[in-house]
Amino acid sequence: MNNLRGIYTIWYRDIIRFWRDRMRLVGTITLPLLFLFVFGPGLSTRMGLLGPGIDFAQFIFPGIIGMTVLMSSFMAGVSVVWDREYGFLREVLVAPISRVSVVIGKALGAATVALLQGMIIMLFAPLIGISLSVWTMLALLPLMFLLAISMGSLGVLLATYIRSVEAFQAVMQMLMFPMVFLSGVFFPLEGLPSWMDVLVKLNPATYGIAPIRQVVLGVPPELSVLGHTMTLWENIAVVAMVGTAVILMAMWSFGHQE
Amino acid sequence: MADYIIEVENLVKKFGDLVAVNDISFKVAPGEIFGFLGPNGAGKTTTINILCTLLRPNSGRATINGFDVVHQQSQVRQSIGLVFQDPSLDERLSGLQNLRFHALVYNVPSPVREQRIKEMLSMMQLWDKRHSEVRTYSGGMKRRLELARGLLHRPKVLFLDEPTLGLDPQTRNRIWEYILDLRQREGVTIFLTTHYMDEAQKADRLAIIDYGQLIAMDTPEKLKRKVGKDIISVKTADNDKAADEIKRRYQTEIRPDGNELTFSVTNGEEFLPKFIKEFDIKIQSINLRRPSLDDVFLKLTGREIRQEEVRSAFKAMVRQYGRRQRR
Repeated sequence: MNNLRGIYTIWYRDIIRFWRDRMRLVGTITLPLLFLFVFGPGLSTRMGLLGPGIDFAQFIFPGIIGMTVLMSSFMAGVSVVWDREYGFLREVLVAPISRVSVVIGKALGAATVALLQGMIIMLFAPLIGISLSVWTMLALLPLMFLLAISMGSLGVLLATYIRSVEAFQAVMQMLMFPMVFLSGVFFPLEGLPSWMDVLVKLNPATYGIAPIRQVVLGVPPELSVLGHTMTLWENIAVVAMVGTAVILMAMWSFGHQE
Repeated sequence: MADYIIEVENLVKKFGDLVAVNDISFKVAPGEIFGFLGPNGAGKTTTINILCTLLRPNSGRATINGFDVVHQQSQVRQSIGLVFQDPSLDERLSGLQNLRFHALVYNVPSPVREQRIKEMLSMMQLWDKRHSEVRTYSGGMKRRLELARGLLHRPKVLFLDEPTLGLDPQTRNRIWEYILDLRQREGVTIFLTTHYMDEAQKADRLAIIDYGQLIAMDTPEKLKRKVGKDIISVKTADNDKAADEIKRRYQTEIRPDGNELTFSVTNGEEFLPKFIKEFDIKIQSINLRRPSLDDVFLKLTGREIRQEEVRSAFKAMVRQYGRRQRR
């Protein structure tokens, strides 16, 4: 009960802060929209179809949803660094709520904001020539949420080690862009150069993007690891396991900081 | 109910090779204003951080309200309120939202929550500004909001770590009016750290701390009486000659202090006329004063508390070590 209240309070504060700063939304969805409406159509005409009736813009659309969720939730970890810089973290750390609930509250806050941004991108589907049924959209929510909470936890984990906002942003860029580019957001996962193939399959984000694409485009599973084709549920299981490991690590390291 | 609200026994905290808190023991009774006096870097904040569960001691034990600061963190946290040296407010939230956040995490029961928030904000004269973002507040208003927040959950002990650092004298006075008023109204025990002497004066009991060690503990009056004698500062036409003369005649220690000579005597009022009459060298100015806490500190440590340069270097070191450890 105590923990639930702690989680809720931490989450609620992040949401209030986000709402006060909602112009930030415009900034964070600009990049995905550029990819979608400039990069996509620009290359579509040259590249032809990437699947039965699927052009390049349509192909990257689910990837862009995933990318938006991933980047937004990851970046939310910076709030922990800001809180430390402004001293507010001390107020949180001396409060009679457990460190575990602080981590969960933060990760949930990050996931909520990321989910909202993913949903905004989702609404652009008709402009790309994709029709999403209500059921498809509902099915996407838990997939997006799973990716968001995992990446949000990763952000919190990093933030417990990195003490300055600048350093956090530098490390984030260093990790985030390789994760996005090596995850199949922009290209199909078959026939990659072998060095790249290895990196793509080691990248947890790959397993978060694949099920989103499968659901949005209704294509058969395309990701295979060591000759085994990953089903939707197997992909979800990989993300869930990685996410659980990361959030446990974040709880541990957040609990052990002085 | 225990006799003491805070009990500290042989507390030690090391940062690497540096002993920031060195075998400190003391007890504080309920309702007391207990002051920690010492220069920057003496170990005041480290001690507070241990007491409020932010740091673990290397050895020794401490209890607050009967709860152990290492093993019963949650109960300890519920029992204390804090006003930190550096601000710890969410500047992007309003004053009201900051207090609501606090009330929620400290589990202030919902029927009385809004009522109590209103009471605290009114007492600190912030009710009219409750909807403004905290970043628009002045330094004094922020400190008042922190006081309101620290008291919101009715803590048994309120820690004030240099509560008026960086504030102008007027604001400092007003903050102190609030603090004294609070003790009256809420009966809360106040644990204060400061390196301002006039502030230390307001404590019921003072502990003087230097290089991590507790070197004296008593009421401000008794501490001053320990230094004992009255202090005379005199400026003469020839200070060197005067120093020899005073030494020869009155067998007392003399300290040069700028272009003045300082020495202590018993019963200064009677000494002064006699001295002026029988002293040969021309006296330019003379001044008699009772011992102050500055003198107590000087006598006990051999230094003035205002020697900040060396001390802040020491503090920077403590912080550096602290940070490294936290990583």
